[in-house]
Amino acid sequence: MNDKRPVNLDLTTIKFPVTAIASITHRMTGVAIFVAIPVLLWMLDRSLASPESFADLKQLMTSPLAKLVLWAILAVILYHLVAGIRHLIMDMGVGETLEGGRRGAFATFIVTAVLILLAGAWVW
Amino acid sequence: MVTSVTSLGRNGLYDWLIQRVSAVVIAVYVIGMLGFLIAQPDLDYGTWSAVMGSAPMQIANTLLLFSVAAHTWIGLWSVTTDYLTSLTFGKAATSVRLVVQMAIALLLLVYLLWGLLMIWGGA
Repeated sequence: MNDKRPVNLDLTTIKFPVTAIASITHRMTGVAIFVAIPVLLWMLDRSLASPESFADLKQLMTSPLAKLVLWAILAVILYHLVAGIRHLIMDMGVGETLEGGRRGAFATFIVTAVLILLAGAWVW
Repeated sequence: MVTSVTSLGRNGLYDWLIQRVSAVVIAVYVIGMLGFLIAQPDLDYGTWSAVMGSAPMQIANTLLLFSVAAHTWIGLWSVTTDYLTSLTFGKAATSVRLVVQMAIALLLLVYLLWGLLMIWGGA
């Protein structure tokens, strides 16, 4: 390949359409989930180790900070899940046009926002 | 053709398929588990450990762990090969990318083994 080609990847000068924002958010939530996995595994460990550790975890989950962390983890999982389902739908050939892509990206944000609010109501 | 030694399937089409199959496994599990937890607001230790210790859930949890490990590897491989390049790191890019990728792979293996211990260790 010719390495002398001009490259513009200065993210601060690129205008992001809604589809690009949906895509980068999918990536960022994916990385966030990778970081959150040890927290979830730790919670699973505490929930299964003994009746005492289960009770301790249940007690811990009543604290506002723990609820906030859990809600944040649920939020990134929900976004990644909805955006992933959109990907599978697009793999089937639905919504692949420019306009379809825009609508799908927009719908992903709306559906996720509703689910995140519901998750917040569930956690609190 | 040059194949990437770090991609999970050594081939983009394999990675594409593994990414989707694992995604479906994870999606079904997450939706099912959230549904269960929402339906059981007063879950106690006895019920929870009996459910998680049952053979179907041991299998489902094992499938989930392997799916998450494969899915995360393919996803983070894409991210690292996109952003940790000579554009961002110059001549050091290959070393930086490889070190980061190996750290990710090691962490994913730890996640996987930790999860398997919990599921099958009877702890």
